[in-house]
Amino acid sequence: MKRLLFLIPLVAFIGLAGYLGYGLTRDARVLPSTLIDKPAPNFDLPPLLAGGAGLKTADLKGQVSLVNVFASWCVPCRAEHPIWATVAAEEKVPIYGINWKDKQEQAADWLKELGNPYSRIGFDPDNKAGIEWGVYGAPETYVIDRKGRVRFKYVGPIFEETLNGKILPLIRQLRKES
Amino acid sequence: MRRIAASSLGLLFLLIAFAAGAVQPDEMLKDPAQEARARALSEQIRCLVCQNQSIDDSEASLAHDLRLLVRDQIQQGRSDAQIRDFLVKRYGAFVLLKPPFRTSTLVLWLGPLIVLVAGAAGLAIYFWGRNRTAAPADSLSAEELARVERLLRDGDGRT
Repeated sequence: MKRLLFLIPLVAFIGLAGYLGYGLTRDARVLPSTLIDKPAPNFDLPPLLAGGAGLKTADLKGQVSLVNVFASWCVPCRAEHPIWATVAAEEKVPIYGINWKDKQEQAADWLKELGNPYSRIGFDPDNKAGIEWGVYGAPETYVIDRKGRVRFKYVGPIFEETLNGKILPLIRQLRKES
Repeated sequence: MRRIAASSLGLLFLLIAFAAGAVQPDEMLKDPAQEARARALSEQIRCLVCQNQSIDDSEASLAHDLRLLVRDQIQQGRSDAQIRDFLVKRYGAFVLLKPPFRTSTLVLWLGPLIVLVAGAAGLAIYFWGRNRTAAPADSLSAEELARVERLLRDGDGRT
């Protein structure tokens, strides 16, 4: 028994190294959302485009939907943008946009250039809704269930891998929920 | 003497630069007491874009928005605790530069204490064990004494 005492530092070291090693595999810049499984926050944004629809909390109820925070100045938003046209067409999921800390004219031009996959876009130049949603960068994407609760948040651009690995399976699962 | 004066003047400017933070003149409140409260509170709020700066220090645009929000809520008469809660509810506890004591931060708060106690215990066991093993060696058996006597008297035969 006493002979094994020398193993204590070794075991302690392995434990600590394992714990810290696990910490290294996690991206410290990605913060968990406080909204998960909670109702979407209260917000009411005017439309970005003349003649288009704005976005408010009540719009998120009734069906599974996606909320995408974007801006024309945001380069990763441009990179992920083509995926939303595909999702809107193939999955029949409404994609709601929050145009975050942007200029109206520039955002409109950006959508004219790249296409507009959003069924509603709220214009949030001064981060009013962004603060309610806990947005700390663009792009951010939220999956909303039928009851208007936030079920998933992704920070950063979405490509095929995240879309097929997480977002689409979750949307299908949420559609089965009553 | 002049060099000391010059360098202390330089240091003074440096301190002023630090004290100014990133707060823009147009963000400041008119009431100096409220502005001081806003500065003190802002120093405790993390800028989530730069993550190791407070919103008081950060030039990031999100930090600017949160500085305005803090000042706006102070003017509405909210307490510091209410404003902190408002931010934690939206951005999570990470928005506070000083982490709160919770189950998820137990390791963070108690880890150093555990390491200290474990180290002290290790040291105690080490010294206690050394003293105990050293103790029994101070007396010789009758047989050993007889041999010592013989050697002292006769030598070991080599001289």
